[in-house]
Amino acid sequence: MFKYLKQLTSLVAVVAVLFAFTTESMAAKKSKTLKNTQKKGFVRCGVSQGLPGFSNADAAGNWTGLDVDVCRAVAAAVLGDANKVKFTPLSAKERFTALTSGEIDILSRNTTWTLSRDADLGVTFVGVNFYDGQGFMVRKDSGITSTSQFKNGISACTNIGTTTELNMRDFFNSKGISYEPVAFEKADEVVAAYDSGRCDTYTTDKSGLAAQRTKMTNPDDHMVLPETISKEPLGPVVRQGDAVWEDIVRWSLNVMIEAEEYGISSGNADMMKTSENPAIKRLVGTEGELGSYLGLDQDWSLRIIKQVGNYGESYKRNIADTGILPDRGPNNIWTKGGLLYTPPAR
Amino acid sequence: MKLKKILPQLLTLLFIVLVFGFFTMNAQENMGARGLEFGFGFLKTQASFDIQFSLIDYDGSHTYARAYLVGLLNTLLVAFIGIILATLLGAIVGVARLSPNYLIRKTASFYIEFFRNIPLLLQIFFWYFAALRALPMLEDAPMLLNSSFMTIKGLYTPAPIWTNFDVFFTTIIIAMIVIFFFAKYAKKKQEQEGKRLPVLIISLSIFIGLPLLTFLIGGVDLSWSFPVIRQMSASSYTFDGGLKIPPELIALTLALTLYTTTFIAENVRAGIQGIGKGQKEAAASIGLTQSQVLKLVIMPQALRIIIPPTTNQYLNLTKNSSLAAAIAYPDLVLVFAGTAMMQTGRAIEIVGITMATYLTISLGISLLMNWYNKRIAIQEK
Repeated sequence: MFKYLKQLTSLVAVVAVLFAFTTESMAAKKSKTLKNTQKKGFVRCGVSQGLPGFSNADAAGNWTGLDVDVCRAVAAAVLGDANKVKFTPLSAKERFTALTSGEIDILSRNTTWTLSRDADLGVTFVGVNFYDGQGFMVRKDSGITSTSQFKNGISACTNIGTTTELNMRDFFNSKGISYEPVAFEKADEVVAAYDSGRCDTYTTDKSGLAAQRTKMTNPDDHMVLPETISKEPLGPVVRQGDAVWEDIVRWSLNVMIEAEEYGISSGNADMMKTSENPAIKRLVGTEGELGSYLGLDQDWSLRIIKQVGNYGESYKRNIADTGILPDRGPNNIWTKGGLLYTPPAR
Repeated sequence: MKLKKILPQLLTLLFIVLVFGFFTMNAQENMGARGLEFGFGFLKTQASFDIQFSLIDYDGSHTYARAYLVGLLNTLLVAFIGIILATLLGAIVGVARLSPNYLIRKTASFYIEFFRNIPLLLQIFFWYFAALRALPMLEDAPMLLNSSFMTIKGLYTPAPIWTNFDVFFTTIIIAMIVIFFFAKYAKKKQEQEGKRLPVLIISLSIFIGLPLLTFLIGGVDLSWSFPVIRQMSASSYTFDGGLKIPPELIALTLALTLYTTTFIAENVRAGIQGIGKGQKEAAASIGLTQSQVLKLVIMPQALRIIIPPTTNQYLNLTKNSSLAAAIAYPDLVLVFAGTAMMQTGRAIEIVGITMATYLTISLGISLLMNWYNKRIAIQEK
């Protein structure tokens, strides 16, 4: 008799749990990170220590950049205000520890998505906001126009703690060229050392090279070689173990990209509410219940588009108009020959 | 009664165990929650990154353990050179501080006050980015001593090429052992018979003569590889052959030495001033020469005052060498707690190993210096 009673209670418990899951899906969406963020009133975002175009602070301490806009989009979606972000500048070495230890909730710091990082560091990459590749910068007066002109004994300045160090070895090894790696902890010191003549070449992601070139004494004395020696898909990263937060960050980025695809911008977002296209209506929140799936309200995506803008606006503002990389290349919407192709927001 | 004595000890111990236990549990729990595993297996995997400057054979196909060793040796190298140079310079500047010559005395105090009061990191940046950067490019560098070049990319010197180096090295060790026993014998003879042997001259001739002999009969030979300039592109050059000392090592050694010298110099000055004037006068009155007074009376007593604080400076220099990371000198912190930590993501393990390593080095230096201090301490008979 008691035996059955025991089984009966466990059955009731299981049913209760299942019931709780089905009816309280909204509450379950309240992830720990989301709850903490709403309680604090700001999104904690890890960025670089200063990379023009991606994450850079002006004299007044205002952060701008393509990576910065991802965090602003999340703040707009979650807190309703794109300015409610607390930025933490991190070195390449510190970034993952800062994320896994809970010091920041989003790492948006020109970080390359690789298998070992995704699987072994306790973090999850949510998407790609910039398709990049590693390249080399040289002095124009060296007469070098291609990496095939590199000779034994070349010294290369770079940062520690990045995929750059590994790619560099693969590249020089495969070419059979002996080289001297000079690796610094901070980007500013790499620039200073290369600029003064300590190294013959400076190697990092091409976007980084284009941005850092502006910091040289005479930017026009330097050029980036055409070759790209690696794939560097850069994107935002979150801690493992909070699937809802992961989804929120992923879809905040996707909304920016899809908004550009459908021609929704910060300027015309309100007018688009009356659009006939259901895909557009979903993005501006007049159709469907996309927000509730993420534990957010109905206007979350509209706020992103209105306050931060679509991906194209962000690119133009941060990367193109600043003269870093006017040509969008692979970082264009797939319908325009680029690689930006997001799953549909529906 | 006994319990009363032990109880506080036990409670303290319990407290320490609990605190450590809490941190371990906390770390384990959080790592588990993030799917991270604790372990040292990564040390055996391939490092895949190259290191600029290494004392042992290393490239990216070696393991992380080997990379750790490279970093450790680079740290020990800079600490070793720094300690020796700072001690020599410190002794000179310390004595100069007490010089009767006004100019020498003031120059020494100015040097001490200047370098002691500027943060070390700033000095490292100064030597690396301001001073060394003023050096010429390779193609413009003048030849020094008919063989070497001091350039923006480092110091290029001739490299020795040995044949049968092991024979040569063994002979040096043998020579040192012989000198040790000879010195003991000479001291005994002086104590028993009052005769003084010319210890210094005989020791020196053993030390130089024995290894030289190996060149004649041991098959040891030494030739030099000279650096030869080669053009890589329209504007960049490199040197083939020879030995390259990177500018990072030079800047770091310079900064550490000049900074630590000031503290050691002050220790030396304090040590000498700590000996009463009467000692000097008494020694002179029994007919000892000026150098004998210093060597036999002043210094043995002054050393007792100088050694303990100087040990501290040795430890500081070693620990300060970790600032190398700022200027790309591949020391333990840059290679292991930097690149290796980043590539593997094993923050807790790597920081743990690095901390244990510095602790071991520091305790090792303390042990050595304490032993020396005991040896020169007053022995009550």
